[in-house]
Amino acid sequence: MPFRVLVVDDSRLARMAIARALSSIRPDWVRVEAGDADEAMALARQEPVQMALLDFNMPGRDGLTLASELRALDPGMPVAVISANHQEEVVRRAREIGTTFLPKPLTEQAMEAFLDQVAPLPRAGGR
Amino acid sequence: MGTAGVDLTDLELDALTELVNLGVSRAALSLREMVSAQVLLSVPSVSLVSRDRATAILAEREASKLVAVHQVFQGDITGRALLIFPETKSLELVRAVTGGTLPLEDIIELEQEALAETGNIILNGCLATIANMLQRSLKVSLPEILRGESRQVFDLAPPPEAGDVVMFIYIDFAVRDRNVNGYVAMLMDMPSLVALKGLLGEFIERTAGGPAAMSHA
Repeated sequence: MPFRVLVVDDSRLARMAIARALSSIRPDWVRVEAGDADEAMALARQEPVQMALLDFNMPGRDGLTLASELRALDPGMPVAVISANHQEEVVRRAREIGTTFLPKPLTEQAMEAFLDQVAPLPRAGGR
Repeated sequence: MGTAGVDLTDLELDALTELVNLGVSRAALSLREMVSAQVLLSVPSVSLVSRDRATAILAEREASKLVAVHQVFQGDITGRALLIFPETKSLELVRAVTGGTLPLEDIIELEQEALAETGNIILNGCLATIANMLQRSLKVSLPEILRGESRQVFDLAPPPEAGDVVMFIYIDFAVRDRNVNGYVAMLMDMPSLVALKGLLGEFIERTAGGPAAMSHA
């Protein structure tokens, strides 16, 4: 079964940037994209996702609220909240609910470090 | 050709909204440091409207008189950035940034200076982020304080060079546990929109990549 990652951002450009980084780091993963929390929850209920990358500042419910809802579906799911708004309160709340805070604009390096931490690639033998 | 307007595609508008979001989010970090309280931000709204409409939007939102810190930016794109709040909130903002220990007479005396400095930090922070992301430099004027109705805040000389259409961007902010709120607005006229469209295209290409980048790799 392919690894399904949920990408949620109200900005299409931001989703494209995440897609670009993901497809170069984990080309075999399947991306499921949503523009807001409602759409994201509907997709996650339809078919389970194994990881979520969420924008913080979105119309409707913000990324931290969505993270809590996704966690209620799957308490062990790795979730990253991505935002340029790294005020202490936002970063602390992200940590409190067990998500990783990633600064926006997201670099491929930051994305790779997060993925290596929560979903390391199986090591090929001989390295 | 021959049309007065410049249309931005949905993706270009999206990119502009995202840039403003990045800029204001970064600027909110500075404001957060100054007021030692969380700064709450709305999702930015970007629209292409007439100057009259922009004035009307402001007037609908705020019944009271306004105070605005105003800075002009110049470069490949030229326009105005404004930090706007109701006049009744101005002393509260000054109180928040001065730490809340000063007597009222000192706060009143400091008001002008503190508003200019706060506006300068927020607007410059926002514009610097946008300029960096677009890989262009912008010259930013010194802050100027405006007071009055929304018409006085927007009807600034010189009048727009071409047409009366402006790019109107606003994002609300509020300081948690303080009675302070306001918004950041940006206005650009048509010649700048032409330049902006090109810069947004380059930005989108760098951010999202594209077939051109791939095929020429």
